[in-house]
Parts: sequence; C-alpha cells; structure tokens
Amino acid sequence: MSFMALVARDMRLATRAGGGAFLALAFFAMTATLVPLGIGAELRLLSAVAAGIVWVCAVLAALLSLDRLFQADFEDGSLDVLALGPLPLESIAAAKIAAHWLVTGLPLTIVSPMIALLFSLPGRGYSALAAALAIGTPAVSAIGAIGASLTISIRRGGLILPFIVMPLLAPIVIFGAGAVRAAIDGLASGALLFLAATSLAAVLLSPFAAAAGLRLNLGA
Amino acid sequence: MFELANPKRFMDVSRPALPWLAVAAAILIPVGLYLALFVVPPERQQGDTVRIMFLHVPAAWVAMMAYALMAVCSLLGLVNRHPVADVAAREAAPLGALFTVLALVTGSLWGRPMWGAWWVWDARLTSFLLLLFLYLGYIALWSAIEDETRAARAAAILAIVGAVNLPVVKFSVDWWNTLHQGESIFRTGGPAIASVFLWPLFIMAGGYTALFATLWIIRIRTAILQRTVRARLGAETGR
Amino acid sequence: MGAIAALDVQGIALVRGDRLVLRDLDFHVTAGETLAIGGPNGAGKTSVLRALAGFLQSRCGSIVLRMADGAVISEAEERRLYIGWLGHQDGVKSPLTPLEHLQSHARFYQCKDDIDDALSRTGLGHLRDLPVQYLSAGQRRRLALARLILGARPLWLLDEPFSALDQEGKAIVRQLAESHCATGGMLIAATHEPFGLRGATIELS
Repeated sequence: MSFMALVARDMRLATRAGGGAFLALAFFAMTATLVPLGIGAELRLLSAVAAGIVWVCAVLAALLSLDRLFQADFEDGSLDVLALGPLPLESIAAAKIAAHWLVTGLPLTIVSPMIALLFSLPGRGYSALAAALAIGTPAVSAIGAIGASLTISIRRGGLILPFIVMPLLAPIVIFGAGAVRAAIDGLASGALLFLAATSLAAVLLSPFAAAAGLRLNLGA
Repeated sequence: MFELANPKRFMDVSRPALPWLAVAAAILIPVGLYLALFVVPPERQQGDTVRIMFLHVPAAWVAMMAYALMAVCSLLGLVNRHPVADVAAREAAPLGALFTVLALVTGSLWGRPMWGAWWVWDARLTSFLLLLFLYLGYIALWSAIEDETRAARAAAILAIVGAVNLPVVKFSVDWWNTLHQGESIFRTGGPAIASVFLWPLFIMAGGYTALFATLWIIRIRTAILQRTVRARLGAETGR
Repeated sequence: MGAIAALDVQGIALVRGDRLVLRDLDFHVTAGETLAIGGPNGAGKTSVLRALAGFLQSRCGSIVLRMADGAVISEAEERRLYIGWLGHQDGVKSPLTPLEHLQSHARFYQCKDDIDDALSRTGLGHLRDLPVQYLSAGQRRRLALARLILGARPLWLLDEPFSALDQEGKAIVRQLAESHCATGGMLIAATHEPFGLRGATIELS
C-alpha cells in the first residue's frame, strides 16, 4: 500500500546515518539537563516544574527535526516524483506526519518518564505524563507539518518554522502539562480530554493545510 | 466588496474615503482622550488607574479585528485570487501587531499599580502575547519568501490556520489561568460598567478603528502604486 | 490503465513569480512520438514540463490527454497518473541503495516490481546494494532512469535527460526512449540533443 510505503521510506531515511531521529532524542535529554543547571538542584523546585519542563523540551526537540520534513524532498526533486504517485498530496502529508511521529514523538514519549525521574516528578504524574505525550505529540508533528510546508522554499526555514508554529502549539503544551499537574494534585480537570480533542482536530485538519502549502510550492 | 478586488477600482473608491476616515480619527481620539482623562470620575477600586482602560480595551479590540480582517482577506486572496486581497492582508499585519503591542503595553502599565508587577501571566495578557507572535510569524513568513505570489499564498494559509486556532488558544489560555492563578482580577464586559465609562470607551474604539482604517488604506494604496510602477518599469525594459 | 493516443496543448500561458514565462503555446503529440523542447536558459522549458505534470497551472488554454479508447482527460489531477517524471534533479537519497529506492518506489507507485530488469537496463546491476552517496552523478541519473522505467507510465516528461551521462549513458537513454515509444508511449523532453526518433521539435524563445 502506497501510504505505508511512504511511511516506511521516511522512517528508514530518518533512522539511517544523517537522519534526525536520534538527534531529537539527544536534544531532548540535553535541554532537560540544562534546566537544573540553570535553576538549581533543589528537588522540590524541580519536581514542581517537571511536567512543564518535559513538555517544553519534548516540543522543542520535535520542532528541531520538523524543518526538513518536506524540504529535503523538495530540494532533491523527490517531492515531484511523490506528487505524481497514486496518493493525493493530503495523504502524502499525512504519511510524512505519521513517519515523523513514529521516529520522534513516540521515542520522546517512551523516554519521557526517565527524564521526569531526573526531576523527581511525583509518582502520580508518570502515567499522566506518558498518556499526555502519547496523545499530544501527534499534534505537534501535524501542526509542525503545516509550518514545514510553508517554509519549504526558505533557506533558513529552520529559524522561521518554530516562530510561526509556536503560538499554534500553545494549547497542546497547556493541556498536556496541565493534565500532568492535575493528575499530581488529584484533580479531575478534563485536560486530557481537551488535549485529545485538540490533538484529534489538529491531526485531521493539518494534512489539508500542509497539502495546500506543498501545492503552492510545487507550482512556483 | 468584490468590485474592490480590482486594483483600479480600489484606488478610485478609497481616494475620497480617506480624508473622511482621517478626520474621524482626528476628532474621535482627542475627544475620547479628553473624556477619559478629565471627565470620567475615578473608579471606586481602581482609582485613576481605570483611565488606562480607555486606551487598552479599544486597542485590544482593534488588534483582534485586524486579525479577523487579515484572515478574511487571506481567504479571498487564496480562493478567488483577488490581487488587492493579498495586499490588504499583508498590510493589515503590521498595524494589527502595532495595536497588539499597544494593548500589551497599556495592559502592563495598568497591571503595575493593580498587581504590583509589570507583567502578570493573566489570561488576557498571555493570549495577546500569543496573538503578537502570530502576527510576527505572519510578517516573518511574508518577508522570508522572495517570490511575491508564493509568499502571498503561504502567508494566507498561515493566517487562516491561525484564525482557526485562535479560539482554541484563547480557550486553553483561559483554562490554564483558572487552573493555576485563580480568577483574574479584571473582567470587562460585565453589566456593572456604568455608562459614564462606556461612552468614552466607544468613542475611543471608534477613533482607533478610524485610525486603523486610514493607515490600512494608505498602506494598501502605496503597495498598489509600487506594484504598478514596478510593472510599468518592467514593461519598458522588456521584462 | 488504458493506452494513450495523443496530447493536445492549446494556448497555454505560464507565469512564474510575477513573470510571464511564455504564452500562446500550442503543440500536439501522438503516441509513439517524441517531442523535443529546445530554447535558451530561462525560455520556460522546465515550466512547460511542470505545467504538463500539473504542478504549474496555466491561466488560460487547455491541456488534454486523449486515450486510445476515446476517453478525454482534461484534469491535471487525473493526468498525473499517466506521467513518468525525470526532473532536472534526480530525486534520490544518499543513504539508500538503488535496490531500496526501486523497491520503495514500486510499492509507492503500486507498479510492477521488475527491479532487476530496471537495474540491468540502466547498467546498475552491480551497484544495487551500494548507498547512493557512493555513486557518481551519472550513476544517480541512471538510477532516476531506472525508477522511470519501473513506474511504467505512458507519458514521459524528461528534463535534460542526458545531463551528467557519459556516451554509454546517453545511448541507454536513446534505447529506453525507443522502446518506450515502440510500445505506444509518448515522450516529451526539454533537451538540445536529438533522440533520433520520429517526432517534432519546438524552440522556445
């Protein structure tokens, strides 16, 4: 099936030498390490900000690898060949979002409890953190893909992309980190449901916006 | 509306409208300021600080209106390929950003005596900060793409995506604020506002809107003229 | 997928950026023929190919693909499924081997996966497991050609197909073009070098 073939191709490229998959994970761990160096080693303080730090670092790590999502294929001419295949551009965008999530969002989700451990996140927060990241990171890939499609022709697109995507990601970070904090405080906040709704809408709608971005760049 | 999509028609219609709008802004803003600074009594809890509200609230309204106009123009430019709509969307952005900055600065000035800090992560201020980033991202995208048609379409997609997202951003920020900060102190729009306060507010809003419209039209006209000149020069040299 | 009969292009005008690249372009190609598009740099050769592929939209005129069974295809969205594309860039990835490229392409395009045939016809058989980063520019071009024949699309659009190729490579392109046209295919190329096949040439200015 064409969709799976494209997902497999992108995953293979990302995990080969020069691909971004492991870089994102490393970046995640690095930035998380810098935080205690900046704000001090007091565990009570770190534990209070753990959920937010993990979320912010995860989003930054995912954004880091997003600028090449379409740009590499656009620059080397692969995108033309893909666009003439049996899939519409919307499905191509969806496949590339899925591949990006599988090589960045999913590993980040799996590693996140370990990072949270370094910040002594309270015990009730771990399952909420993993659940929130599992639900929210697909939306980061999807919304980021819109930015990636729009900045495809910009040489320093990696600088513009986080800029235009950041405000759009605010709800994901708010609900995602909020869900963890609510779980720690033992509150029923509905944050996880809001997160799921926002994420679902983003994953369903983003491929259309990203395809529109690809279409305008193919025609220019 | 669609007639205006023709650059020539836009130039013809906007020329006579411009002085009226400019005059309206020049009258309404001083009158509003006079009422706000000298006529309105000090408010019971906020004292004289309340006077900042007359600069702050209308700026926030215009900042949001500008984004809505930008998104509508983007949609018209994208779907119907109206040349003026692309230009109008682009020229609305810096003005919208300016009014957002005005709202943020006046909000911060108001917050200093009220909250005791220049910046408080209040829901309203936070969502306006995000709105400012949306504007700046839009402007950055426009200026980063060299080819003008491509830039117009890319920016239009971004503006529309942003417009779809804004209610979600607003809702999430409000939710975040109630979860972690408790109710914010200030709530406008309640029925408690006396009419002494309402009139200057509306006059200022009218003045700001007229000012925005004046500047917007001037910017659009300038952009159209620049494009025409470039096209003429291009035609003479063969390309 | 049915056989194609002819391609009719009438009165198209192409704009890139704010610049009118060309206008009033007409041509007609029938199955089994080649069309060579020539002209100096910037004349719009690539733009014509991108318009035929549906990437670039013409403000006016029409591009119509006629099928052997009489059906008429005028939408770019449908036409794209008949197009085999060889761009001026090869569209290959340095970490992947030729074999991986072609396997992935066959699955994505859902076409026949006669990969060994495509590799041997382009003379890449011995390089099938070598990552593309170790291949020369000409060998990458051959890989792009292998992908083109694997796709088995009837309307080939080639942008400077001879670039980076040695004499043997150029002979391979001519050979592939000949067998493509002999089996009812159609070929449009932006190139200065003739294919030596039946067909017309248009010069853009």
